[in-house]
Amino acid sequence: MKLAKDYFADQRTEELKELGQGLQRSDVPGHVTGKTSYFADRTFPGMLCLRMVRSPHHHARIRSVDLSEAERHPGVHRILTHKDIPHNLYTILILIQVGPEDEHVLAEDKVRWKGEAVVAVLADSEWAANEAAAKVRIDYEVLPSVLDIDAALAPDAPIVNEHHGQNHYMYDSGPSRKVRYGDVEKGFAEADHILEQTYYSSPIEQAPMETTGCIVTPDGNDRFTCYTNTQAMFFTLDNTSIILQMPGHKLHMVGGTVGGGFGGKVDVTVEPIAILAAKLTGRPVSFIYSRYEEMQVSSPRAAEKIVLKDGVMNDGHIVARQVWGYTDAGAYSRHSPYGAQKGAAHYPGPYTIPNVWVDTWCVYTNRTPSSAMRGFGVTIADFALEVQMDKLARLIGMDPLEFRFINAYRDGDMKAHRQPTTGAALIECMQEASRVASWPVAEKYMQMSSYKGG
Amino acid sequence: MAIRRGRGVAAVNYPTGMNLGGDPSQALVHSTPTGNFMVTLSSVDLGQGLKQVMAQICAETIGVKTEQVIIDTADTDTGPHCMGTFASRGTHRIGNAVIQAAKEARQVMLEVAAEALEVDAGDLETDGEGNIHVKGAPQKSISIFDTALMAHFKLGRSISGRGMFLVPRSYPEVETGAMKPSTCYAHACTVAEVDVDDETGEVTVVSIKNVFEIGRALNPKMVEQQLVGGSWMGISHALYETTEPYYPARDHAGTDFNEYLMPGPGDIAPTEIVVLERPAEDGPYGAKGPGEMCANPQIPALANAIFDAVGVRIDMMPITPERILRALKEQRATAH
Repeated sequence: MKLAKDYFADQRTEELKELGQGLQRSDVPGHVTGKTSYFADRTFPGMLCLRMVRSPHHHARIRSVDLSEAERHPGVHRILTHKDIPHNLYTILILIQVGPEDEHVLAEDKVRWKGEAVVAVLADSEWAANEAAAKVRIDYEVLPSVLDIDAALAPDAPIVNEHHGQNHYMYDSGPSRKVRYGDVEKGFAEADHILEQTYYSSPIEQAPMETTGCIVTPDGNDRFTCYTNTQAMFFTLDNTSIILQMPGHKLHMVGGTVGGGFGGKVDVTVEPIAILAAKLTGRPVSFIYSRYEEMQVSSPRAAEKIVLKDGVMNDGHIVARQVWGYTDAGAYSRHSPYGAQKGAAHYPGPYTIPNVWVDTWCVYTNRTPSSAMRGFGVTIADFALEVQMDKLARLIGMDPLEFRFINAYRDGDMKAHRQPTTGAALIECMQEASRVASWPVAEKYMQMSSYKGG
Repeated sequence: MAIRRGRGVAAVNYPTGMNLGGDPSQALVHSTPTGNFMVTLSSVDLGQGLKQVMAQICAETIGVKTEQVIIDTADTDTGPHCMGTFASRGTHRIGNAVIQAAKEARQVMLEVAAEALEVDAGDLETDGEGNIHVKGAPQKSISIFDTALMAHFKLGRSISGRGMFLVPRSYPEVETGAMKPSTCYAHACTVAEVDVDDETGEVTVVSIKNVFEIGRALNPKMVEQQLVGGSWMGISHALYETTEPYYPARDHAGTDFNEYLMPGPGDIAPTEIVVLERPAEDGPYGAKGPGEMCANPQIPALANAIFDAVGVRIDMMPITPERILRALKEQRATAH
């Protein structure tokens, strides 16, 4: 890695002593010698293992649940169903008033995705829990399902989630979060060329080395300590407090070094049920996702569909950009209404375009609920935007890097979501890329600056 | 049939934080009797090194060595509220809270030292080596060790501070979408070079050259670890990863690291990284959040490089050999 100190040297006036130095991380010796402890390194006498019985169907009505055989299985301590959860219907962003509550901790009348939790088995060992879970008999009536964005938004599509009433989130602005800036129709009318393209992505997994999980101990004083690898301690505590209808002072969350998150440990899926299990059994409880669960049950990055329509002039200026962005939330909201909205503010990318029209949708399907992941709301948008930029440059016969210089934002430029640009540095990044990659551009672009008027 | 080389570029920006929900983090700082400093947080270190950078920020602000700062975090019984470790917010939001808390503690420390030295606190400065002295008169000094002892045992003062950083919630305007979703932006430009085998569809990443602008690099070694890792992740997203290879069909799903493909040691591309530093006005010592941004530009740069190599556009991620082969087949079919 090279620090290119020539750029912005006039702005780095502060003298730093401890910062700016590549000091060795104090936790690294522990990591590389295997001495760092993670939440799952703890064991407690009498600890029970929690194993979920999950839906094998994308969408089904639960006709009946028969626990009798599973309850008789040796080592089984207790089996929890939705009737045991004080406030079973939840949504995590209710903490910032983004409702409605749309997801059950344990399924009640229906399952809406393959992998949804229905019944929680508590046994003396992981082995016994797995065996007993296989003996839970659930009678399902399979329902029609929708597995992609287009199918979900079709007029006669089955409703995925009745708590929303339609297969998309309803914002205060309507079915989509809108950004309206300038007049795109006027821009298209003036453009020398118009290019409309559609981009897609499949879900991906955060793939941390350490799977999601927690270990809970009843502390004997009506408090519960939850050793967890959540990415957000109070977010988890406050949601648990709502779900269990338990005052926050009874809950003690302890984190530590997490074995990778990448957004996959922002949902609140293990702590509430494990704490409830510890409360109801009086025993320590461990609930740790298997690798299978981490890969297929924990929320992935959403699949997205992005339609970009651009108007461009022969001189390289983009005069209008219209965007339809669709986020496949899966069956429940989790953080997706937020991610789709974050995407709306990200368009039209780091470029100054006078006419911008954005609609981003959060769409429900009978898929594993998607949620946060590194680059939430932005990564797939950048894929679409930057491939589109390449296509536009080639359309008008211009060098793709020079084309970006022409449109790059600079300090003071107004963004589509009506924030003035500050601290821009795209131009300088491209200048340095031109140098390190030996990708020459015209001298006038090498003379440009992100500073106002530069 | 041949190996064809191509080159592609992409440029991106990335927002720091999540103000669409309100974005607070808080920190407490106090000294031990012998002049070491505890920073108490509830923030989570995901392995990226949050504890280390917070220790350096606190040390810089108070004027002590980083090794004298201990980070106590991720415990809701002791640590004040933090929204969480996500949205590229950790260094920026928590760092700002730590600075505020450390400034308040430093002020008390200087007041205690001023009493010991019988001068005005405003005339004192730290030397970064564990001493406080009168500006322009280094011989008139007291160690931080003695200052802390004096505060604890003679003056009965608490060398401590409270810090908070809150970006108030932004509510998007319904009709126009006017909103302030984040604060400062990090930037990147990546040039990718690939070899594409037009017989098998396989892509070899010949080189990845990333330029990142991240505000101030508070710990350049840690910046490097994050940027190199992010760049690898970007390549992995572009060419390898998905939980469902035939999305929207839910079969063929990977269930472990044998089936869920990522680049292995033999597939790691030669990676070059250049960092530019334009300090963020609102950042802790100018830092922005580069944690997420660094995994994004490789994806479109690779897509564009593959087009440059073989002339087919794969507009669906990931860009697998199968998709490239199918596109090449179609290309040949239309050419004839």
